[in-house]
Amino acid sequence: MTREELAQIRNDLADLINVRRLVKTEAEKLAENTGYRKQVLICLGSGCTSASAVCTQLEISLRELGLDDVLLVKTGCFGLCALGPIMIVYPDGAFYTNVTPEDAKRIARIHLVKGGTVVKEKLYKDTVLDNGEVIPFTEAPFYKHQTRIALRNCGLITPDDINEAIAAGDYLALEKVLFEMTPDEVISEVKTSGLRGRGGAGFLTGLKWELTKKADGDEKYICCNADEGDPGAFMDRAVLEGDPHSVLEAMTIAGYAVGAHEGYIYVRAEYPIAVHKLTVAITQARRAGLLGKDILGSGFDFDIFVRLGAGAFVCGEETALMTSIEGHRGEPRPRPPFSATCGLFSKPTVLNNVETWANINPIITKGANWFRSIGTEKSTGTKVFALVGKIKNVGLVEVPMGTPLRTIIYDVGGGIENGGTFKAAQTGGPSGGCIPAKHIDIPMDFDSLVSIGSMMGSGGLIVMDESTCMVDIAKFYLEFTADESCGKCTPCRIGTRRLLEILTRITEGKGEESDIRKIRDISAHMQSSALCALGQSAPNPVISTLTHFEDEYTAHIRDKKCPACVCKSLLSYHIDPTKCRGCTLCARNCPVNAITGTPKNPHEIDTSKCIRCGQCMANCSFGAIEKR
Amino acid sequence: MSIVSFEGTKEQEAALRSVIETHKNERGCLMPILHQAQDIYGYLPCEVQSIIADALSIPLSEVFGVATFYTRFTLNPKGRHQVSVCLGTACYVKGSDKLLEEVEKELRITCGECTPDGEFSLDSCRCVGACGLAPVIIVDERVYGRVKPSQVKGILDTYRQTDGGIK
Repeated sequence: MTREELAQIRNDLADLINVRRLVKTEAEKLAENTGYRKQVLICLGSGCTSASAVCTQLEISLRELGLDDVLLVKTGCFGLCALGPIMIVYPDGAFYTNVTPEDAKRIARIHLVKGGTVVKEKLYKDTVLDNGEVIPFTEAPFYKHQTRIALRNCGLITPDDINEAIAAGDYLALEKVLFEMTPDEVISEVKTSGLRGRGGAGFLTGLKWELTKKADGDEKYICCNADEGDPGAFMDRAVLEGDPHSVLEAMTIAGYAVGAHEGYIYVRAEYPIAVHKLTVAITQARRAGLLGKDILGSGFDFDIFVRLGAGAFVCGEETALMTSIEGHRGEPRPRPPFSATCGLFSKPTVLNNVETWANINPIITKGANWFRSIGTEKSTGTKVFALVGKIKNVGLVEVPMGTPLRTIIYDVGGGIENGGTFKAAQTGGPSGGCIPAKHIDIPMDFDSLVSIGSMMGSGGLIVMDESTCMVDIAKFYLEFTADESCGKCTPCRIGTRRLLEILTRITEGKGEESDIRKIRDISAHMQSSALCALGQSAPNPVISTLTHFEDEYTAHIRDKKCPACVCKSLLSYHIDPTKCRGCTLCARNCPVNAITGTPKNPHEIDTSKCIRCGQCMANCSFGAIEKR
Repeated sequence: MSIVSFEGTKEQEAALRSVIETHKNERGCLMPILHQAQDIYGYLPCEVQSIIADALSIPLSEVFGVATFYTRFTLNPKGRHQVSVCLGTACYVKGSDKLLEEVEKELRITCGECTPDGEFSLDSCRCVGACGLAPVIIVDERVYGRVKPSQVKGILDTYRQTDGGIK
């Protein structure tokens, strides 16, 4: 493909894409130029997998109704996973949520036909005002506070068609870089932008590129860390599924900047849809001459290969990731040497994660100063958070760095699910820590989070309410790290195991006063002497819950009570005689016959027999069973 | 090592050899080959690892080392339907541990095992990124979201009655 052809595609499809970006009135005008009266966008991301049935039904309905001027676009994630499957109809901007195949049929019949009207009751509730007026979904609280840079094209285009990606602005930066900038200018721009790695440690991306460029070596490599292992984080998956070209483009730009000609994307095998979209995107980019030899006639060669992970969390660590790409056991190695001088195949290597790559195009096209104007001084730009757990609007949100946690949880996230109380949020996954309710006004940026003992990590934000036991959560993370420890270094292999044993003991009511000191000792040793970030940061969830919720630990150890009623060994089930109707359901389902009583009279649980399986509570229709 | 005797067919071996041939000159080819070998055989018995080691002229111990390092590679055959319960944090705080218990009870096996008739195998898995649907169960490649323990039986029954539940 030549630059002229690229410009042609942008020109031809501009209106088609802009219909999806503009406010209603202008969009309607533009729609007339596109040949499509309406466009229906459906999210087919992993979080909305049941959407495929909706899609199939819609295709059938469109055919039956003869609506060949309605375009169906299968996109990536819109972010509001809680209300999926989601469907947006343009130029109206009608945002339908929880769409079933039945709904799709109805929407086609009522809305998509010529002169049709919006099906109001299926619209996203936050877009319908009390007086019945419909506002654009971008004005709804969930979207209003967001600034989408990394996710700019997710949910806007179909990842299956490179032309849509091109029309939406992908490869614009590559063109600019290849024909108007020197490698040093590219590095300087990225450095000035202040972009920091979105994968965990927050190292300056531009500096990383500069070090790799300066390193001696005949061959250099570009790597993309798409081994998104932090439980509860799925922004990288969303980018790969929604806008894979943004990653390919950015890696090529880095290749040009540091003098590399080969790139590897290391992606989790647990993300089959992402792997598929990525493979399709690479094939299309190669065919279009945007990857391979002599890209766009510039004389620059660059190609990208995909490598699949195989379910080892430690491979998200940079040295382990590279060892794994080389085809070995994914064990980390000591640093230095750092990957900028000795990385993949022992050559200088740039490794960034997916979200970091997704920020490169806007930095190049809009400039470093524009990027700096968003976020805080030391944490520029935006951050994508995966908002999960006990929160109403579960989903992916992208907000400027420094946005207070309160805004994210209450305005964007819509508050705690089922009217619960916010207790803590966990960031940084198994390497991070928790943010307790008293710090809810903390600005979410790299340095503020570190100052209270948590970390940004990859951006999983797990919201917990009063029903979560913090000791149990610490134990959960330790189970994870103990299981995922590769075993190469002693502090991590033994340390995670010992910590887990102590925590297990505490949750079983066998904790001792001295356990707290032991936890602190072991943690300090691990932090100072483990080989890689996994081991060094594995104690973080314990240390941070201990710092902010020491009273819960004390309750478990001293009073043998679990305040949140989660730890099985420390609670007992009781029947509230005022609520029990004597339906006998619990007694019939009790596996150990611990419940006695006569029909129509309140029953009783023999706590000495009870194995605390919770069957009675799950079966009771009157809410008469309580945990104490 | 596997407790089940190895019954590979000639076709499977031919497929494996062609995979090895395609990849063997790539750097770091062992992982891609193991992935595809597992797709062909369903697991990575010692016999398959030997074929790979011989063809790549590397020690069997190296292949074994890699195959056992990664949880996705399995040395034992899996059931015809593979059930995984996500134990990622988002699913966990929404009670996926109770789902796992329910599946274990329903299939009468514990996590990591296969039913005696070879129909179902059960594993817990790491976050699949479908946190919006938490808690989730994955059967073969299909993701079931917002599952309640009471729905587990129904989901498994669809795989018992029909051949996969999805026609």
